Amino acid sequence: MSCQLSKISIQSRSKRRKNMKRAFLSTALLSVFALSGCDLVVLNPSGDVAAQQADLILYSTVLMLIIILPVMALTVFFAWKYRESNKEATYEPDWDHSTSLEIIIWSVPLAIIICLAGLTYVATHRLDPFEPLRRVSAAEAIDPQVEPMVIQVSAMDWKWLFIYPEQGIATVNEVAAVVDRPIRFEITSTTVMNSFFVPALAGQIYAMSGMQTELNAVINKPGVYDGFSANYSGEGFSQMRFKFHGKTQADFDAWVAQVQAQGVELDRETLAQLDQPSISHPITYYDTVEDGLWDKIVNLCIDDNSLCLNDMMMVDALGGGGLEGLWNREMFRGLCSADDPGALMAMIRPEMRLRENEIITAMTLVPPASAN
Amino acid sequence: MSLSNEAADGIARATGVDPIFGKLSWGVFPFYEPIILYTFIVVAIGGGAVVGALTYFRLWGYLWKEWFTSIDHKKIGIMYMVLGLVMLLRGFADALMMRGHQAIAASGGEGFLNAHHYDQIFTAHGVIMIFFVAMPFVTGFMNYVMPLQIGARDVAFPFLNNLSFWLTVSGAVLIMMSLFIGEFSTAGWLAYAPFSGLDYSPSVGMDYYLWSLNIAGIGTTLSGINLVVTIVKMRAPGMTLMKMPVFTWTALCTNILIVATFPVLTATLALLTADRYLGTHFFTNDLGGNPMMYVNLIWIWGHPEVYILILPIFGIFSEIVPTFTGKRLFGYTSMVYATCVIMILSYLVWLHHFFTMGAGANVNAFFGITTMVISIPTGAKIFNWLFTMYKGRIRFETPMLWVMGFMLTFVLGGMTGVLLAVPPADYVLHNSLFLIAHFHNVIIGGVVFGIFAGIIYWWPKAFGFKLEPFWGKVSFWCWLIGFYLAFMPLYVLGLMGVTRRLSQFEDTFYSIYFVIALFGALFIAAGIGAFLVQIYVSIRRRDELRDTTGDPWGGRTLEWSTSSPPPYYNFAFTPRVHELDAFTQMKREGFVRPTEGFVPIHMPRYTATGVVMAGLLTVMGFALVWHIWWLAAVSFAATLVYGIGHTFNYDRDYYVPADEVKDIEDQRTQALAGAAE
Repeated sequence: MSCQLSKISIQSRSKRRKNMKRAFLSTALLSVFALSGCDLVVLNPSGDVAAQQADLILYSTVLMLIIILPVMALTVFFAWKYRESNKEATYEPDWDHSTSLEIIIWSVPLAIIICLAGLTYVATHRLDPFEPLRRVSAAEAIDPQVEPMVIQVSAMDWKWLFIYPEQGIATVNEVAAVVDRPIRFEITSTTVMNSFFVPALAGQIYAMSGMQTELNAVINKPGVYDGFSANYSGEGFSQMRFKFHGKTQADFDAWVAQVQAQGVELDRETLAQLDQPSISHPITYYDTVEDGLWDKIVNLCIDDNSLCLNDMMMVDALGGGGLEGLWNREMFRGLCSADDPGALMAMIRPEMRLRENEIITAMTLVPPASAN
Repeated sequence: MSLSNEAADGIARATGVDPIFGKLSWGVFPFYEPIILYTFIVVAIGGGAVVGALTYFRLWGYLWKEWFTSIDHKKIGIMYMVLGLVMLLRGFADALMMRGHQAIAASGGEGFLNAHHYDQIFTAHGVIMIFFVAMPFVTGFMNYVMPLQIGARDVAFPFLNNLSFWLTVSGAVLIMMSLFIGEFSTAGWLAYAPFSGLDYSPSVGMDYYLWSLNIAGIGTTLSGINLVVTIVKMRAPGMTLMKMPVFTWTALCTNILIVATFPVLTATLALLTADRYLGTHFFTNDLGGNPMMYVNLIWIWGHPEVYILILPIFGIFSEIVPTFTGKRLFGYTSMVYATCVIMILSYLVWLHHFFTMGAGANVNAFFGITTMVISIPTGAKIFNWLFTMYKGRIRFETPMLWVMGFMLTFVLGGMTGVLLAVPPADYVLHNSLFLIAHFHNVIIGGVVFGIFAGIIYWWPKAFGFKLEPFWGKVSFWCWLIGFYLAFMPLYVLGLMGVTRRLSQFEDTFYSIYFVIALFGALFIAAGIGAFLVQIYVSIRRRDELRDTTGDPWGGRTLEWSTSSPPPYYNFAFTPRVHELDAFTQMKREGFVRPTEGFVPIHMPRYTATGVVMAGLLTVMGFALVWHIWWLAAVSFAATLVYGIGHTFNYDRDYYVPADEVKDIEDQRTQALAGAAE
């Protein structure tokens, strides 16, 4: 019974599945719904990834209730039946072992966990946020012709910056995407750890400084959805929210045009100003984005005076810090080596040229963004 | 990032510090915050009253001689419980403020706490509840009960036990000081880097956190070593490992976990301390630091810590259920193996706390599945208690009520826990109020319920009279109802996508749930109040609640074979153990208590060294928090000198004369005769 359940969810389609879901919703979570009335966005999302995650929550819960409910019922029943005042009930003070019962109490939970583990293994791989989507919705497979829309996301103190390499625009605290077109979020942070989360769209992933995480998702219904940081990040954390707009292609194009019409340029200087801590930052539009800005965000060198992380890796590959490290820093001031590894190679000491390949690999650990 | 900025910062830090007073100045007292000012006034009046009363009744000498310097495991155990109770009041006050603030803020108001203050409060709540409430309670039980259960006269290293306790107190004192002098950390109870680094948390709050936990953590490690050795080396003759009471088994596994994981905590916090004090970059964003390493390390300690709390509580339930069902524990062997399996597996699951940090699918799936596997032995334990009730004669006295509350509540928490262990499900539930509801479900429904069950169960052993049942039942029902009211709405809010640690809300959509949760918290407050009333009423009526037999519940293990309260040497003769439930067997076979032939008993002497060393280390911690370097150096050196000096004290033990033993045992003989008449 329980193994079948997991198989159903792995197949991830069919009416049985929908029926299961309905049946479950109407019974086990009835109390929750009665209470709320209501908008349980996590269980009733608008994006396919989140929908699969919601299904997973329901199936796992049903699997576990197979054992939880009998245990709770037996607890109450035994407590009532074997109460002291019930002299009718058998009393066996020395009964303390039963091999068959032992086998049951270990093997039934084991069986359920085996099913749940299978479900977990498959679902974790299916819904790996770094993996490209396999479908747009339960009904629609992915179109290999359509490239996912890339949105680069950076958490800042305490706002969200979104860069659209394809459209060449950027926004703060507002993000839009086209309905049914896969989205690939590339996520980082210029500050402490945050977590990028739009519950209606897909699960969250941490935004961390000096590195890039990814989230592949798709929105299936037009609408405006809440997004926020789901990892505490300090003073302005409560206000670190944004709206995620699911739009049709036409509406999206209009929105891009609006951003372009109202926006200013996002260059290194504007970005450095934006990076200053602020709470409840207003929605801001940028019509163009300076080339290579995303690399500088990820490599922690928005500031002209800072050595980019990838350059630091190169310095390490060249023999490390110390006084030589300081010299290297002067050499790289204002440069981001990922832009042009060859030019930097020409500048470094001749004896190091022997290790050119190794050094270029180190320099380009975060590959240059071609579109940006 | 920039080296020159770094150097400039360093110089600014170095020059901004007064050579005598460090960073201390009149401005550090946060009395401009009305809440803190009123709290301070109340604490000052209350503290003044306690100090005044102790002075008036001339109790200082008694406390110092009989309690503070005591190395009797029973007294130390009780002191741990008192510490846990006092800190529970502080930690719970924080909880009430959070619930109150969120209820107002979610209903359209601003709430009464600004973000900075609110952030300190949830940090303090978490730190205090785990380190200074749950840990002292659990350690207190292990200290008090375990040596009695194995028929020992004390723990293996009695002085170390006293030192461990005072080091824990030292950590608690530093946290309490942060309330009125300076401020506390805003970085959350685990102080995730890089937020907890100097760049983002420059204030003294983080330093209070670090030194408090550094000092208390050493105390816990030492206590763990002590109790492991005690269990391994000091069991009564005949008590083989598989005849040990289950509580002792869980204590053994817990202390092995402590010994294996608390050094990880200490090392992690030491690295973070180095980042903040020495300019290293272990966990910073830049210069090669790796905050993800901090998150891994802290949870490598943090997850076993959860089992450090719950395993002894499982042990408590395993003692209470057989006693009140009047039946042998079902499946003792599988209970023992389940405990050991949980102990080992608890090391293999830490990554489930951060599935969302970007590990690959195989890594996430591995840790998700190992987490689920833990539910198998845990489930087996639940079944074992269940089948202990089967064909029993269940007496629903107060401890058993807590057990019932636990069994029904804990399985729910276990279920939501396994749900969170499914990585893709965790992606949408991580850090949400669903998570908050889950871990309070297992910590309140498991640990806290177990603590109350245990207190009521062993109270007559410790003090010689039972706790009065009426207020105990009031307390139980308030807690049970309060728990469900406070945390079921949080499950719903989590499913609505509300994340944790928010101090402001955009709209009033969530208002009703937060208001219900506030009412739940008020019920819990009533439960705590009823518990205090229960203690007060019971002390007033102690004569009618008196237990002269030493065995008020029909107990099964050795601690019930001695008097209530036990003499300081525990057992006049070391018991001999022939089977599990040693005392049941003694009762069944008509064991006669020896009334003569007493011999001198070898006992350790009390010493003030633990108090003094912990006091000096508290001063050192305070000095380091405020960068008063000379004082830190002096107090550290003094601690070392005092500690080394203590090693030259050879007058550490004595023999209780046989006559004194005889006097004490004769009194008990008379008491027993009186009870029999």
